[in-house]
Amino acid sequence: MTAVAERPPRVAAGSGARRRRTRHRLAALAFLAPALAYIALFFGYPLADNIAMSLREYSVRSFYTGEAPFVGLANYAAVLADPVFTKAAVNTAIFTAASIALQFGIGLALALFFNQRFPGGTLLRSLVLLPWLLPMVVSGAVWRWMLDQDHGVVNAALRALGLSDGPTPWLTSPGWALPAVILVNVWIGVPFNLVILHGGLRAIPEHLYEAAALDGAGPWQRFRHLTWPLLRPVTAVVLMLGLVYTIKVFDVIMVVTGGGPADATQTLTTWSYRLSFAGEFAFGEGAAVGNLLVLVATVFGLLYLRTARESLREAE
Amino acid sequence: MSRAARRPARPAAALAGVLLLAACGPAAPAGGGPAGAPAAEITALDYYADQQGSAAWQQVLDTCSRETGIRVNRQTVPTDQMLPKILKDAGARTLPDLVFADNPTLQQIAATGALTPLTDYGLTTDGYFPGIVKAGTYDGKVYGLAPGVNGLALIYNKTLLAQAGIQPPTTWAELEAAAKALTRDGKYGLAFSAIPSEEGTWQFLPFFWSNGADLSTLDSPEAVEALAYVTGLVRSGSASASVLTWNQNDVADQFVSGNAAMMVNGSWNLARLDGEQGLEYGVVPLPAPEAGKPPVVALGGEVGAIPATGADRQQAAAKVLGCVLSEPTMLAWDKSHAYVPSKVEVARKFGQENPAMQPFVTQVETARSRTAELGERYPKVSQALATALQSALTGQQTPEEALRAAQRASRS
Repeated sequence: MTAVAERPPRVAAGSGARRRRTRHRLAALAFLAPALAYIALFFGYPLADNIAMSLREYSVRSFYTGEAPFVGLANYAAVLADPVFTKAAVNTAIFTAASIALQFGIGLALALFFNQRFPGGTLLRSLVLLPWLLPMVVSGAVWRWMLDQDHGVVNAALRALGLSDGPTPWLTSPGWALPAVILVNVWIGVPFNLVILHGGLRAIPEHLYEAAALDGAGPWQRFRHLTWPLLRPVTAVVLMLGLVYTIKVFDVIMVVTGGGPADATQTLTTWSYRLSFAGEFAFGEGAAVGNLLVLVATVFGLLYLRTARESLREAE
Repeated sequence: MSRAARRPARPAAALAGVLLLAACGPAAPAGGGPAGAPAAEITALDYYADQQGSAAWQQVLDTCSRETGIRVNRQTVPTDQMLPKILKDAGARTLPDLVFADNPTLQQIAATGALTPLTDYGLTTDGYFPGIVKAGTYDGKVYGLAPGVNGLALIYNKTLLAQAGIQPPTTWAELEAAAKALTRDGKYGLAFSAIPSEEGTWQFLPFFWSNGADLSTLDSPEAVEALAYVTGLVRSGSASASVLTWNQNDVADQFVSGNAAMMVNGSWNLARLDGEQGLEYGVVPLPAPEAGKPPVVALGGEVGAIPATGADRQQAAAKVLGCVLSEPTMLAWDKSHAYVPSKVEVARKFGQENPAMQPFVTQVETARSRTAELGERYPKVSQALATALQSALTGQQTPEEALRAAQRASRS
């Protein structure tokens, strides 16, 4: 993070300048210290601890005795060889990709819609934010009722509209369960995309559109050649943050399906929880799965930083 | 904090202090044998978070606090946070003095080494059902005893069964036929829970065990037959496919709303069912594979255990636990929470006085502890079995394939 701001040091002219520079450096470090300490304590330490745990055979006994034999990469090997791993990894990929694509698409459409001024627009926009404000567990529980096969309102609505012949087994069929949790997650994630993209749209100067309209650009051309390129930095932020948020989604899936039926919605996060707390008490393996997720998120985080730096350079 | 922001040198010092504290965290075990005078107050942990259960448990603690003169500070956490909290507290050496935990989790808690054997305090296992003593035993020593136990039975809607002219079923064949006949007008004959967790396993075990299967061989022919039977109930439409997502509270909801004519559920629901206007229900033991063979249900209920928190506190905790396990308290608790007393004689009397509880009392005699066979390995096997149940119910795998996979998973 600091690397972004830093510039290569210029060659100092004299010893006086060097001394001043050193003092400068120290002051800069002192200013950075609180942030560094915070990161070290609340991110560095747990992460290091988690990595250490993933290299040990950490059982319930270890909590009390503190003894956890070092096993090297055995936990990673066990996790990768487990048949659930492939399933969870594929589910995580599908869940993340589909969630982000839909959240972004719907969020962008709504942002464009709300960018037009019309009576009640602000009120409606605030209402669309509701899913974001509700606790995830509450949303999840309500969705679980709504998606109930026999008495859920979703199936009742589909039937009333004549869109389905029989009840859709949303949460009880392995084929439907993953789309169902994606649907819930999209519903929860749209407001975030809407808010950020709407902010981005607002930042595009109005006169550009007026000029484009004068040049005879239609709505699609205005979007394609004006809105889209100017929104790109915001888009990158939304997609990257969305990715990091989505890949670690746990509560929604846990409440709606608990990873079932038959592991159909098991993702790396729910599986990590199951390995650690719900059955196996293999904390080392749970930590290993968690670290794999951290690794993936870090890769995308670094990609984000690179894009951010590039767009910064472009702006300069 | 505000001071630290002004002077950059401070946070580093403060941080060093925090780290030092953290490093010192897990102090030497307080342990030690019971000796000296008991402490004047203790903390007790439970997971009776629902309104009715919480009030009933508070009464028990109040009674015992009065009787022993020891103040009891109560901590309550949701069920699924119980074990994580205990493990965390065990690591930080901040365990409560008295823990009431779900009996299959006792193995994990005892395995940490944080518990003390109850025999140290003169608490004996005389007169208890053997099943519950087994559930509280780890590595040959008794670490937990329960003031009450529970099990599953078949609860049926008297009105719906009378309308259909059906007698409460006693065998698998009768259950299947009854469930089929009661399934009509968008309502199902039977509801149970088959969620992918311990709760799902707990509901399946009565079918599994009653048919003669055992947890060390998940893919035995008896096990396959039991799973095929349960799968058949869902496949034929006599039970909703939603059993895959219903926990036991959801199952009770379905029953109360009349969407299911019969349900597999525990005695703790009776208080709620009594409160429903216009609902007439009956209770029979769970149907067995054949007539005349008693069903084997899993033993439920919470066991009290005493962690090593220091001799004086342990002594005090033992006095309170002794009171909780005494006959009058046991009876009061079991009556208010619809549990079965864990002592044979007390249970017999209790069943005679509470006819609705009699089927549960009868079943406790043959009930089995989930951890008796496997001890600490139970959770892993339970998880594998719950997954097999889901695989078979969704048709992903045949019962045989599902159980073979479960057997492999439970061995790895």
